[in-house]
Order: sequence, then structure tokens, then C-alpha cells
Amino acid sequence: MRHLRQHLPGRRYHHGGGDGSRQGRRGQVSDFKALDGNQAVAEAMRQINPDVVAAYPITPQTEAVQVFSQFVADGEVDTEFVTVESEHSAMSACVGAGAAGARVMTCTSSAGLAFMWEITYIAASMRLPIVMMVANRALSGPINIHCDHSDSMGARDNGWVQLFSESPEEAYDNMIQAVRIAEHPDLMLPVMVMQDGFITSHAMERVEVFDDQAVRDFVGTYTPRYSVLDVENPLTFGPLDFYVYYFEHKRQQVEAFSHAKDVILEVAADFNRRFNRNYGLMEAYRLDDADVALVALSSTAGTAKVVVDELRGQGVKAGLLKPRVFRPFPAEEMVEALSHVKAVAVMDRSISFGSMANAGPLFLEMAAAFYVNGNGSKVPMVDYVYGLGGRDIGPSEIESVYMDLLRIADGGEVPNLVTYLGVRE
Amino acid sequence: MPRAKGWRELPIGGIIDEPGSARELETGAWRAFRPVVDQEKCINCLQCWMFCPDMSVRVEDSKMVGFDLYHCKGCGICASICPVDAITMVVETEAAKEGEVK
Repeated sequence: MRHLRQHLPGRRYHHGGGDGSRQGRRGQVSDFKALDGNQAVAEAMRQINPDVVAAYPITPQTEAVQVFSQFVADGEVDTEFVTVESEHSAMSACVGAGAAGARVMTCTSSAGLAFMWEITYIAASMRLPIVMMVANRALSGPINIHCDHSDSMGARDNGWVQLFSESPEEAYDNMIQAVRIAEHPDLMLPVMVMQDGFITSHAMERVEVFDDQAVRDFVGTYTPRYSVLDVENPLTFGPLDFYVYYFEHKRQQVEAFSHAKDVILEVAADFNRRFNRNYGLMEAYRLDDADVALVALSSTAGTAKVVVDELRGQGVKAGLLKPRVFRPFPAEEMVEALSHVKAVAVMDRSISFGSMANAGPLFLEMAAAFYVNGNGSKVPMVDYVYGLGGRDIGPSEIESVYMDLLRIADGGEVPNLVTYLGVRE
Repeated sequence: MPRAKGWRELPIGGIIDEPGSARELETGAWRAFRPVVDQEKCINCLQCWMFCPDMSVRVEDSKMVGFDLYHCKGCGICASICPVDAITMVVETEAAKEGEVK
């Protein structure tokens, strides 16, 4: 397996001077800024300059639309900013604006996403290319404002493309690519861009921000296929759709998803050509010759990379697979990437209550993927549910997972199919 | 009623791109009672035409000539409003048994 993102931008870019800006090979200018994940997303939204943003503040997403609303107030964007009384209304306004043919964006978290639930299905079934950042946060109860993935995992069957981001940089890059993915003629699907609430939404990091014009050139202009404002060609949006045609419309959504992987890779290739950062469906980190591997989403993958490097220093062949795309789930590619390892641990930051062994959704998808695409090879696979409600996951805990994997790879018993990592007994 | 289309033939997103196409939908299939007019009693006041919520009363040359049973849902407003009791509501299955044409 190739390392999909083993380079640092600094290695590829020619220094343009001492002003903090850099000149790329193709003349693209970028700046390095200190931004947290929410600010990075707001920055991407400023550069994209969407027609409409309708949003309701919810921790830990609030800052993203707060910063963006300042851009609106300062006249830095042309966006119509719609303040609403709830997330249900926010998504409804997005759907209305999308049907009018606007380029639409919003942001949410946790209970906000849950409150949008009814309308997220409508956005997807009406094939409106809305882009939404989700700062992942636990769902109640008890009430908790910190990170886990139960909100977006709950929305995994809503018909949205789902991209997960490890860092503010990736959240910024994914927001820009999401616009092109959503509006691709083969897709016309809404896209959720996830990042870990507080962990990256509020952690200030070095973010490479591209030139405004370069981002605008990349996203281009959006020409909607349909618009309810087209008085020459009257349209009905969102009609009643009983058993005569409902199933056919669902089949159309399936068809769009069958093109999604190709579209995501096509957009990533263009992004790489213009901005020199390489994204795929997933990132394989030191996985080529690994004996044992972890599968982890978002910021946890960043922590795991440190552990992988340390273990490699001790001669342990540890590797990591970080899915970037969860919907569509890249089943074949994930299995291929992991087929050579002796044991796999899936890290789940949510629980699918009542599922097989009360496992997490990522593990259930991986187990199904291996059953269907694994060519009969059975790689021992275990699930580690961790970090619920924002509980920290540190390098030592991740290292303990690798130690478990090494015992399993050595032919040791698989102790538990699912381990609840870091919970007090 | 035209042939039901496959998923490849439909505009995406459940969009209806043909204005006025609702007239192709057979709403009369819901009907439990159908209106039957006695032309002997009818005085052609056209109150049934005026009150019909589905435009299902057929009028030619200012005369009430019957019902569009493809769209009539059998609500009975026409029978209720008729000042000379010329319209009666007949149980649909009974009317169908008698072989009455729609």
C-alpha cells in the first residue's frame, strides 16, 4: 500500500519569502495561519462565498458560523445569512434555498443534527448539494457537550456523503472539496464534513490557507439543474410520492452513491494537482508491511500515528488505516488495505446499542466488509469502543490496543470481541 | 393513465417538471361512492359544477352531462348541494357490478 499522505506541505513548496506566504509550483500562493478547526471551516466558507448560509448555533460548532457571520457583516462575502430559531428550520431554509438553485452551506453538532433529522432526509432525497460541517459531539443523555461520533453515526443512513477530518487542515480541505463533490452532476448529494468537537474544532493549529482566488477557481460556479425560481419552466419540488414512484426515487439515490467513490477521487486528484495535498478514500499510515493495524477516524488517527512511530522505533510493525470517507463506505479498498495484517482493531467512538455484541458502527461495517470482500481469509478483528462523551484517548491507551493485537496475532485468544476502553469497572 | 416509468426515466429528486400533470393521476380509484345523475330531474343550475372540489362535473354547452369518474373521489358534495335531488350517491361496488362505464 502506498502512503496516501506521507508528505508535509513544507517539503514540496518553494519558500516565497519571509512573509509567511509560499509560492507553489503552479503559482498558487498560500498562507500559514494559526486557526482552530471552526475558524478553518469559516475561512473555507468565506473563500467559497456560498449564496446562502442558514445556521443555528450549537456547541461546539457555534464558533464556525459566528466567525462566518462576521464575514457577512463585514461584507467579505455576498452570502445571504439566514438566522433561524432551530436546526430544524436551519436545514429547512437550506432545502428551500437549494431548491431555488443556490449554493448552500451550514454547520451543526449533536442534538442540532438530530433535530435536523427529518429535513436531512429531504435534502438528500431532493438531491440538493448542501454542504454541512458537523463538529462531532455526544448525544444526550445525560447532557454532554464533548466529542464522540454518535451524532454523525446516527445520520449515516440519511443519504449524505460523509467525510471525516483528522485536523483543522483536513476540515478546511474537506469543506472545499465537499462543494465540488456535492455538486458533481453524477452525484447531486448533500455532504457532511466531520471534525472532532473541541478536540479539533477548538484546537488551534497551523493551517495552510490557499489563495482566495485559487479556491474560487477550484470550486467554480454552481449551475443548478433545476430551480424553483425558473418561471419559464414551472417545477414542483417535494411532491407526495406513494408506492407508485417512491421506490424508484430511492433507487436513484442508490445510483448516485454508486458513482460517489469515483467522484470523490476525481475531486481529490484535482485538489492535489492544484494545491499539492493528496486525499483518497482513506489514509494508510505505515501499513505496507504492518503486522497489526488500527482503524480509527478523525483526530484519534493523529494520536495513533504518534504511537505507530514509537512502536516502529521499538521494532514493532504497527500500522494505521484512517477512513476519510464513511459514506459511501469504501469496503473493498479497506479490506484490500488490511488483508495482509495478522490482526485488526477497529476504534469506535460510538455504540450501536443492541447490535451484535453491542459493537460500534465502524466495526460492524468492517466485519461485513471482510465477510463479503475478504476472499475467505479471516483476519482476527476486535472492536474498541472509546472516548464517549469526550473522554480522552491518550497514546498509552492506544499502545495497549496494539499490545492486545500483538498477542492476538501471536495466536493468542481473542479476549473480547468488543472492549470498552477506559471505562471504570 | 400512462405507463409507470422506471427509475432511469424520472427526473431526480422527485421533481415534477411537467406543469399540470396531476390530471394524469387517477384519483377516482379512492372512491367508495359514485355520483349518478338523473337527467330527467336536472335543471342545469350547475351548482354541482361550481362546488365540485375536483372539477369532476362535466359540462357541455352549459348543460350538466355527467361526471369525470377518473378524478371523482366520491365526496358527495354535488349530491348534497343539488337543489332538486337529481344526484344520488351509489355504492361503488354495486355500480361496478351493474357494469356502468366510468
